[in-house]
Parts: sequence; structure tokens; C-alpha cells
Amino acid sequence: MRLLSQAKFLLDITCTHDIVRRYFVVNGFDGALTMLGLIIGFLITAPANLSVIINVCLGAAIALGMSGMSSAYISESAERRRALGKLEQAMISNLQESAHGDATYWLPLLIALVNGLAPFIISLLILLPLWLSNAGIPLPVSPLHAAIMVALLLIFLLGVYLGRIAGISWLRSGMQTLIVAVVTAALIYLFAGH
Amino acid sequence: MVNVKRLVLDVLKPHQPNALVFSQTVASAGVDYKVYLIVLEVDKNTETIQIEIEGNAIDFEAVQSAITSMGGSLHSIDKVEVQNEAVDG
Repeated sequence: MRLLSQAKFLLDITCTHDIVRRYFVVNGFDGALTMLGLIIGFLITAPANLSVIINVCLGAAIALGMSGMSSAYISESAERRRALGKLEQAMISNLQESAHGDATYWLPLLIALVNGLAPFIISLLILLPLWLSNAGIPLPVSPLHAAIMVALLLIFLLGVYLGRIAGISWLRSGMQTLIVAVVTAALIYLFAGH
Repeated sequence: MVNVKRLVLDVLKPHQPNALVFSQTVASAGVDYKVYLIVLEVDKNTETIQIEIEGNAIDFEAVQSAITSMGGSLHSIDKVEVQNEAVDG
């Protein structure tokens, strides 16, 4: 609880709430669309072993997570250091021992975690039907179709979340992101389906 | 025993934490501190504030530590009120 309030305090003093939110949505969307693309790709090619599909998708999910984590850490570290330098110049004092110094150290880690975990966790959720089916649990539809449905649902929910942030219609915002997913699926069918 | 009852400090601080959080943190440096904060001047990245602290026995070190922990810089001690109180026993 104390850790959460400290994180909130550091986000407050650096005004970086919106950056964390943006990273979550952008990279979460990346993860969902990548999994959708991979699964549709498997669906339209010759039937493959489920464990092969899971391993390929899991590999992509881990790579997305690591990529998100490392890129966000490097870029945010540089941004935070620059912001601290500007503030130190204005204050004409060293702020390393202050909350601003703590923010320069901890916020890039927090943002990197969000940026890496968002696509990773969303990807794992999309892969859930494949795991369940692989474990012998019967599903009402084929595991690949179920995974596509989960992906579309999560993409819709990301849109709903964006709609709520922007204060616009959640349905409209959800439909917008869903349309992006449907267009992506259509393009995959168009270019990879033959 | 000589206790500090009131302090008026001139402080330069970044815009964040804001005046409310800043004064709350200073007040939390002691059990009975009462804090008045006035923003005197606002610049692009900083603001100059005047903090008045009232308490039974103000710990200046703790107040200064609270100020620097939030990125503030103490410029001057503008007013001090101290009292010599008899110790019982």
C-alpha cells in the first residue's frame, strides 16, 4: 500500500500519469494485434500442432514484453534525466536526494514494467484458450477461433478504456479499435490467405 | 529549555509537489505543527513560497529535511519565535 502511494506521489510530482496510460494502451494494443495476426496466420495455413502454435505465440509475447520494457526504460531514463537537469538548473541546487531524484530513478522502471507487461499479459490472455484446449479442457469453439474472439474482446475493451479516458462514448471508441482489428484480420486474409 | 514556537521561512520550490502537498509534508514533520503557506512568486519552473510553522517545539532539522525531500531549497529564515520554558522537576 505504501509502495502504491509512493508510486502515485512520484507520478503526481512528475505529471507522468498520462505517459504510463499511453504506454499501457499503445503496447497493449500492439500485443493484442500481434497475437491476432499470428493466430489468423496459423488459421489460414495448413493445420499445425497446438503446442507449436502456443510456443510460437509465447515466443512473440515474451519478445514483445522485453522489447517494450527495454525501449521504455532507455527512453524514459533519458527523458527523466533531462527533466531533472532542467529543474536543477532552475533551482540552482542538486535534487538527487529529493523526491524528484527518486522519480528519475524509479519512474523509468515503473513505466518500463507497464510497457512490457501490458503486451505480455494481453498476449497470455489471448493464448488462454489454446492452453486450455492443449490441457484437454473442451471449448465450445475451436481453440484458434476462441483465441481470436478473446483478442477481439480485449481490443474492444482497450477502446472502451480509451473512450472513458477521453470522456467520449465508450461504445464508439470500442468500435473504433475493433474496426482496426477487423481491418487487420482482413488484410492478413487478403495477403496471406492465398 | 528553549523551544522554537514559530518559524517563517522563505523557500524556493519546484511547481510539483503543489502547495497543498508541500505544506502537508512539512506539517507531518512534527506532531502538532500548524503550517501556513503563501505563494509569493511563480516562475516558469519554480515558485517562491513563504512558510509559517507553529508548534510547541519545532524541530528545525526535521522541517528542513521535509523541504529538501520535496526538492525545495531554504533561502532564509525570516522570522523566529522562541520561548524559554521551565522544565518540571
